[in-house]
Amino acid sequence: MRNSLTRLGNITIVGLKSIARNKLRSLLTALGVVIGVACVIVSVAIGAGVAQSVSEMINSLGSNYIMVMPGASTQGGARIFTGSSNLTEEDAEAIRREAPAVAYVSPQNRTAGQVVATELNWSTQVFGVGVDWPFIRSWNVEDGGFFTDQDVRSGAKVAVLGKTVADNLFPAGGAVGSTIRIKNVPFKIVGVLEKKGGSMMGSDQDDVIVAPYTTVQKRLQGQGQRIGMIMVSAASAEQVQEAMDQIDALLRQRHRIPPGGDADFMMRSQEEIAQANAQQVGLMRNLLLGIAIVSLFVGGIGIMNIMLVSVTERTREIGIRMAIGARGRHVLLQFLFEAIVLSVCGGLIGILLGVGVATLFARVAKWPIVVSPMAILIAFGVAATIGIFFGFYPARKAARLDPIDALRYE
Amino acid sequence: MANPVIEIRELVKIYVLGEVEVRALDGVDLKIDPGEFVAIMGPSGSGKSTLMNIIGCLDRPTSGTYMLDGGDVSRLSRDQRAIIRNAKIGFVFQSFNLLARTSAIENVELPLLYADVTLTRAQRHNAAREALRRVGLADREANHPSQLSGGQQQRVAIARALVTNPAILLADEPTGNLDSRTSVEIMGIFQALNDEGKTIVLITHEADIAQHAKRVVHVKDGKIQQDERIEQQRI
Repeated sequence: MRNSLTRLGNITIVGLKSIARNKLRSLLTALGVVIGVACVIVSVAIGAGVAQSVSEMINSLGSNYIMVMPGASTQGGARIFTGSSNLTEEDAEAIRREAPAVAYVSPQNRTAGQVVATELNWSTQVFGVGVDWPFIRSWNVEDGGFFTDQDVRSGAKVAVLGKTVADNLFPAGGAVGSTIRIKNVPFKIVGVLEKKGGSMMGSDQDDVIVAPYTTVQKRLQGQGQRIGMIMVSAASAEQVQEAMDQIDALLRQRHRIPPGGDADFMMRSQEEIAQANAQQVGLMRNLLLGIAIVSLFVGGIGIMNIMLVSVTERTREIGIRMAIGARGRHVLLQFLFEAIVLSVCGGLIGILLGVGVATLFARVAKWPIVVSPMAILIAFGVAATIGIFFGFYPARKAARLDPIDALRYE
Repeated sequence: MANPVIEIRELVKIYVLGEVEVRALDGVDLKIDPGEFVAIMGPSGSGKSTLMNIIGCLDRPTSGTYMLDGGDVSRLSRDQRAIIRNAKIGFVFQSFNLLARTSAIENVELPLLYADVTLTRAQRHNAAREALRRVGLADREANHPSQLSGGQQQRVAIARALVTNPAILLADEPTGNLDSRTSVEIMGIFQALNDEGKTIVLITHEADIAQHAKRVVHVKDGKIQQDERIEQQRI
């Protein structure tokens, strides 16, 4: 047993030497496997990252979260998404009053604009929301306080800054109490939100300003009574469906939509939103996985092709080895090892490339990505399997050569 | 007298080429004792290559028996013959057949890689070095074949044939690719090895090369025509 193991080692070295002699060819041969394995790594990393961020998002937003958005409305038989909202402040109020499974309600208007502090300026988005907003988003104020119900009713020009905005406009601190101009309208800063980090889709959630929705409507938008969407928090995770049913019934009644008719609003629970996002990213992952499979297959054929060429080229060498006592399986193992080493080296390069690309994705595109040791192990195993699978036929061909013919081969 | 190293009886080899049967060997009897230096001669097509392939355990006879070093090897499988080739036969070819881009000592070590008795790296190295010393190439062990002359390459090949300490050295036209001066040099090495007791079987079609052996066997039309002991021409 020890003998055959040592001999196995010797024969492996023979295979390694042959690869070292043909570096460029070996590299090109392994390229298919390199790309395939890199794709496997990246796609698995994306998949794992999505799974992780979905659960993180649900945790951070709370699984009670429900989003009510304007939907398509029926006008003269045609379903048209008009773009203009048909949700009103009164709808939000009605939900708060009449839907018992709902704990918090906040309208949300959204606009973007240039913000100017004394010396610095920053371009960001502004959310116009109600006082329930911090509870719905479970997002606390770090410094100062949130605006009050009184501020909302009077349309006071007060604002709460996200961490990124505060850091950029007031790098030295002291944001609370200062005045900024949003689209030339002066706002007094009453608070700064705690840091929230990147969202699932990669945008910086802290790059935001929050102000009373009444103020945003009147001063920054001027679009009357319409509001962009209504954020709702169910009283508990178990009551999400109940709350959605209540809101649905209430809004249908208020918007005079007959039972069975198409609603002019849409509702999404947090879980649905997360899953929709996950689906998008999952599609990307599957695409990559498809490329990976095709690439690995093509890479395997590339290895088989080169190994067949190599066997033909080295027919005489095989004859010599057989004449001096190499048995069929020695020759088989030599060429099989060569194929495996080729594909495993390709796999290793592919792992490096894959981890690199995944890291790049995470940095540049802000994709949520988790490179797991499991993925690396799988990729490595796949590469080795490809070497065995596609290397076997050429190796067997070599092993079955007749030593007399092989020696005579020119 | 000791048992013969090679004992061949009624050896027949028939090749089937399409519908034609070619009797390459047609009843050959041959006995070679330990320490002999036999030249097998014959024109091309005489069957001497077929005889060499069978003696070298590269091929199997159609009928007849072949005893090598006391064992019947005429009905062995591919792998069994490989083991026999490794342990009992040392090949020397016309075209040297060294592995390119592989140093002399690695070439010589090659048969030991496939040996049933596994040696350590150091043992293989020592055995190869000793074999190279016996053919007078102790100082060239790191050279690759392309850095060696034809005569030196053939000496490396002889060292490779010797390294497993086989029962016979089987040389197939070993001087065919060499000039006459180098040929004489190589024949001198064979004679020296024979003097040390090695059994040598030399296949050639050149009469003057055969003169360096102690016994000449003439093959023609698949039969042994003449088998004579000769006055060895010493180098």
